[in-house]
Amino acid sequence: MRNLVLGFALTALFVIGALLSFLWTPYDHTVLEVSNKLRPPSLSHPFGTDQLGRDILSMIMVGARTSIAVAVVAVGIGMGLGVPLGLAAAARRGGWVDELIMRGNDLIFAFPSLLIAILITAVFGPSAVNAIIAIGIFNIPVFARVTRGGALSIWQQDFILAARVAGKRATRISVEHILPNIANLLIVQGTIQFSLGILAEAALSYVGLGAQPPVPSWGRMLAESQTLFMIAPHITLFPGFAIVLTVLGLNLAGDGLRDLLDPRIRRTAL
Amino acid sequence: MLRYAVTRTGSLLLSLAVASLVIFAAIEVVPGDPAAFMLGLNAQADTVAALRDELGLNASLAERYFSWILGLLKGDLGTSYTYRSPVSEIVAERLVISLPLAGYALLLTMLVAFPAGIFAASRRGSAADVLVMGGTQLGVAIPNFWFAMIMVVIFAINLRWFSAGGFPGWDAGFLAAMKALTLPAIALALPQASILARVMRSALLDTLSSDYIRTARAKGLTKGQALRRHALRNAMIPVLTILGLQFSFLLAGAIIIENVFFLPGLGRLIFQAISQRDLIVVESVVMLLVFAVILVNFLVDLAYAWVDPRLRLRT
Repeated sequence: MRNLVLGFALTALFVIGALLSFLWTPYDHTVLEVSNKLRPPSLSHPFGTDQLGRDILSMIMVGARTSIAVAVVAVGIGMGLGVPLGLAAAARRGGWVDELIMRGNDLIFAFPSLLIAILITAVFGPSAVNAIIAIGIFNIPVFARVTRGGALSIWQQDFILAARVAGKRATRISVEHILPNIANLLIVQGTIQFSLGILAEAALSYVGLGAQPPVPSWGRMLAESQTLFMIAPHITLFPGFAIVLTVLGLNLAGDGLRDLLDPRIRRTAL
Repeated sequence: MLRYAVTRTGSLLLSLAVASLVIFAAIEVVPGDPAAFMLGLNAQADTVAALRDELGLNASLAERYFSWILGLLKGDLGTSYTYRSPVSEIVAERLVISLPLAGYALLLTMLVAFPAGIFAASRRGSAADVLVMGGTQLGVAIPNFWFAMIMVVIFAINLRWFSAGGFPGWDAGFLAAMKALTLPAIALALPQASILARVMRSALLDTLSSDYIRTARAKGLTKGQALRRHALRNAMIPVLTILGLQFSFLLAGAIIIENVFFLPGLGRLIFQAISQRDLIVVESVVMLLVFAVILVNFLVDLAYAWVDPRLRLRT
């Protein structure tokens, strides 16, 4: 329970920061004030300023939007395609549909997500949209697998047999009975993929394959600060802390939710 | 066992065939054609035509695919457009850095994760367990390239124990080369060790609550003896699977970490090839990495079935 509260509090902090940035930031993140560059944290700039004199707190707030947007859409792609595939595979278990979907999954798993991203950006050029697609594609087999696993055990239950006797078709049973019963599982997996998405976006932006200037991004803030770490450590530390705390928050929330929603694993929780 | 191995080999070959088709298709869909893409917007028409000729783009799709595959099978990965030398030679030069780096990181991962996981499981619920598990939560959340940057400042720039980047080459001596790979390997190992320690702990806790451990304890074995003689061996099965998967993450993760440390490995090669639009190199290196991942997972599966006969029967 402690994990859940702490996790939610950390996650909420960044979501609120991102939403607030649409209405208000301490300074305009697009205004360059070179005379004011690399200022250490102070009362007027709590996180200091960067090499171009921009307020780092404002940049982190706006950067949170990019991270959250990329991760949310990538999880959406993964759920939107992976869950129906997993449901179909479970409904036709052992058949050729199941076999085809699961082998397709194995194939995507064989491509490390970063390689997919690199292949996509090599062909279509670097951008936040391509980063989303790359991270999203990798989410599809994850959700398909979790959905299929969860759905298979529900299909064995008596109330599903009752629904089949009542003449309901497999598609309807999947939507009306299977899906609500595996929703918990999907929410927990969603938080985990969300945090992985934020890490992946940061890594891609760091190597220049993610969001392009002038869209602020935590990963690119780190890349730009790399050579200045010795002179002004704060410009590297704060964006890094932002990533660590958000990912930590999401992971804690995911763990906490799993324990809360599934009392069986509370005993041997990872 | 033979039947299992044959089935698995069949699916290995099928995976490789489909993966090669996907990679080939991805390179084919570049805007314009690969030759025009590689030369950029300002290229003269006759230069593009010459490159088309050189790359064999005038042949049919099927012909090109099969000649690429046949080349791969013979170890001929094509000729790099920017380096003007065989891709297989360039890859070989880079592999002597990337493979030892992945191996070094895997070793560090095991050296940290095994004791940490066993320690946490044997002291379940104690302050030490909470501390180790808290540490692993943090290890998973820290982006490893950021961790790498911080290590460079502390250990390379301030303390001067290591160099901040670059690779002296294996000619400089084994120790000097390993020293240059140490910080990158630690950065790569951090998230993987955290994940593996958690898997190790939960696998041990699962086996420790099984009946045969209770029997062992009833026979008079201490908790430590039961853990060492019985639980550990059985807990290794899930741990080995994760370890197999982690090898692919280490190879792919090296793409980023090699860039932080300016290590001339496969990862940097891919990035240079992308910025120089050298699609031949991108295509072949991606295929090579995917091949490595599929092969490692295949070997883990076989090792599994060899250790645990129940898995053979299941197919």
